[in-house]
Amino acid sequence: MICLHLFLGFLKVGCFAFGGAYGAIPLIRDVVLSYGWLTDESLTYMIAVSESTPGPIMVNLATYVGSSQAGLPGALAATFAVVLPSFLVIHFITLALKTLIKKPYVQAVLQGLKPCIIGIILATGLYMTLNHCISFTEGYIFHVPEMVITALLSGAIWGSRRFQKKRLSPIALILISACLGVILYA
Amino acid sequence: MMKKHMIWDLFFTFMKIGLFTFGGGYAMISIIEDCCAEKKSWITHEEMMDITVIAESTPGPIAINCATYIGCKQAGFTGSLAATAGIVAPSFLIIFWISRFLDNFLEIPLIYRAFRGIKIGVGLLILDAALTMIKKMRKKELPIVIMVSSFVLMFLINLFSWNFSSISLMTAAGLVSLAVFLLGGGSKKKGGAL
Repeated sequence: MICLHLFLGFLKVGCFAFGGAYGAIPLIRDVVLSYGWLTDESLTYMIAVSESTPGPIMVNLATYVGSSQAGLPGALAATFAVVLPSFLVIHFITLALKTLIKKPYVQAVLQGLKPCIIGIILATGLYMTLNHCISFTEGYIFHVPEMVITALLSGAIWGSRRFQKKRLSPIALILISACLGVILYA
Repeated sequence: MMKKHMIWDLFFTFMKIGLFTFGGGYAMISIIEDCCAEKKSWITHEEMMDITVIAESTPGPIAINCATYIGCKQAGFTGSLAATAGIVAPSFLIIFWISRFLDNFLEIPLIYRAFRGIKIGVGLLILDAALTMIKKMRKKELPIVIMVSSFVLMFLINLFSWNFSSISLMTAAGLVSLAVFLLGGGSKKKGGAL
């Protein structure tokens, strides 16, 4: 019974979570708290763990909540439910897209959406980077280790472009940043 | 035989992507582009941009949308299953293990320190993905105006924690672009110039 509830609860999350994990968190909180599965505090901890482990945050969170409520079957039910809507929607869209994407009206909308997403991604990346180096909320505090890591990583990205004539692979960047973290926060 | 090979290739490639993406969708776009467009040539950069738009405007994790699309394009329904299962597998195994055996995962010093470093890497990765996209963008007036204004608005939204979702921003951008197209007479010539 709990597995069915987990399945339905996370199906709802998968169906209505637009725009990535951060948009989904309020929705997940709503579902989880309304079923009385977890307290707000343990949910906050699970969100933090989901953000710090690899993989899509929504999938991590579904597995975590499911597993905490009903072990392996619960984890499977919640994870399957959160993935299912995206999976089906994309299949439906790929079928419809072939004819739809050639329509001039659809093209006009897409031509507006693309630069908008680029702007959103640029703003997110820039804000995240600046926010790690300087605290805006507590009156402009500069964080030195963060600034050093940012400078070293930017140097690695730029150096790879300049001298190796190719982009530094994102996986390499993640590994380097983990190592720098271990060294500099010791 | 060839197809069977492709299924496994999809599964393992997306497993690798799942294992090395931290911090959600935008960082994932950068890794998927690197693995699937640059290294494997499964999709073009233009297509990657289309999937990003579709993934952002449909519900669910962006990574799942991308995996399903690319898997389906390469090897049909089985391919989409393989890619989606691949991207979910590392998350599932790691989180399941943590939830069973590690009560205070975030207090392990090594994990905590590595993650503080990774967080900074993720920010730069997203920034780098955006700059690469800008380089490949068509340099026409309307896209540039939309790009700059969404950037400024989104930055202010982040900075002041305004309660305004990126979906509303995207809806507005789509409508503006459509309006310009319709006002321009909706002719093929004008539409192509956008």
